[in-house]
Amino acid sequence: MNGCSFNVKKNAITALIGPNGAGKSTIFNLISGIIKEDAGKIIFNGKDITHTSPEQISNLGISRLFQQTRLFGNLTVKENLLLAVNNEDTRFWKNLFSINKTTREEEKIKEMLKLVEMEEFENKLARELSFGQKRLIELARTILNPHSFLILDEPVAGISPKLRKKIAGILLNLKKSDATILLIEHDMNFTLSVSDSILVLEKGEVIARGTPEEIRNSPKVLEAYLGGQTKS
Amino acid sequence: MLILLGIYFILAISLQLAVGFAGLLNLGHIAFYAIGAYASALLALAGWPWWLCFLLAGVVAMIFGFLLSLPTNKLKGDYLALATLGFSFVVYVVALNWKGLTNGSLGLPGIPKPIFFGFIFSDNFNFLLLTFFVAFISYFIIRKITSSPFGKALEATRDDELATRILGKSTFKIKSIALMLSAFFAGLAGSLYAHYITFIDPSSFTLTQLIPIITIIIIGGLASLKGTIIATIILVLLPESLSFVGFPSSIVGPARQIIYSLILLWILIYKPRGFYGKVELE
Repeated sequence: MNGCSFNVKKNAITALIGPNGAGKSTIFNLISGIIKEDAGKIIFNGKDITHTSPEQISNLGISRLFQQTRLFGNLTVKENLLLAVNNEDTRFWKNLFSINKTTREEEKIKEMLKLVEMEEFENKLARELSFGQKRLIELARTILNPHSFLILDEPVAGISPKLRKKIAGILLNLKKSDATILLIEHDMNFTLSVSDSILVLEKGEVIARGTPEEIRNSPKVLEAYLGGQTKS
Repeated sequence: MLILLGIYFILAISLQLAVGFAGLLNLGHIAFYAIGAYASALLALAGWPWWLCFLLAGVVAMIFGFLLSLPTNKLKGDYLALATLGFSFVVYVVALNWKGLTNGSLGLPGIPKPIFFGFIFSDNFNFLLLTFFVAFISYFIIRKITSSPFGKALEATRDDELATRILGKSTFKIKSIALMLSAFFAGLAGSLYAHYITFIDPSSFTLTQLIPIITIIIIGGLASLKGTIIATIILVLLPESLSFVGFPSSIVGPARQIIYSLILLWILIYKPRGFYGKVELE
């Protein structure tokens, strides 16, 4: 990153765009604690979260979707989702002596699977799903992970046009229910349709910021990144 | 032979917990077995009651499991295997050279048979019942752990550690608990072995002792307790059938290793998930 500084507005969808290698995923890795910062600060809800571990960041309410699918391949779809919902699964003694009651969590999972139209895959192993299905389940898992801030790295990559519309609807509903979303997406039509504001990144720097309309008409952005992609 | 089958079973399911469920390729498992055996033997020879020696064998091994988890927590795969293998050698060398404590290569003779509330497990049948009881309880506890949400967190850590952390789970804690539990049950198995044979020396805890245990969990299938039961029975009893056929003991010993190797090769080539494994060997 190179003197990169920006704010993400609460209860809004902000998109981060830029050419490959601009540093978009690096920003996500910094926010989610995967890469340690050499300099600078990351402030979340007024709290400095610089040099915080990924699990602590998740527990603060930041949920992340990776660019590459990272489902637990040897677990079922339901088990993958339960891991996101259940916050007490690492309490060893509680787990050893309690009877497994997951009814409320299971209800949440059923609702989410219905939302992404994958109810019938509940007991299927994650490794047996197609790429698009994996992507949907991973998005569902990210949403189920308790959060107030979602960071989504290419949420609709490899997803059919019909489901893209569905995901756009889901993201807009999440925004209505007080979530803040920062997303990276190469599909400009999708990005422009869901975002409230857009940040354009190039070589680790924010070169432009504004509403979708402003970005669409910015000659600087058109030259650096968009080209003719949204003109049609 | 059936007593050894029970002891091997405890060793195998406890290793299965670390390797199959948590994805920790721990080649130092036999060191926990040794620590449990020595702890129990030394305490029993000092006059402590058997049941306390037995439990403390597990606890002492568990403490060493925790200590081993501290430097190895960030290691994965081959690197973790090498580090834990190193731990196994360190324990062996300590057992061999700390003569004041372990009596070195002369070993510790005269370890008393278990006495529990006045009942002496002196004959083989009673000891067999005791071993099977411990094996059953170990199996029950490990099955409860692995089928609980904690077990799923273990498997998640095995499949993708970073993704598990991103879901807010401390994989340091998860992996440490897995290694400690695995060591605890191996320590109990060590205690049973020490009180059964009544003599232990460092040669009882070399790397060659680990080979059948690793073979059992690979053949049974990673992350499968059912597979572990079946593979333990096959691997412990199959070489013994050679004795019944009439082969001399000078052949049965080496033949056992050859049989293990052949079965392992066959599984690796034709059935990389073992009998009932959920996870494919990489």
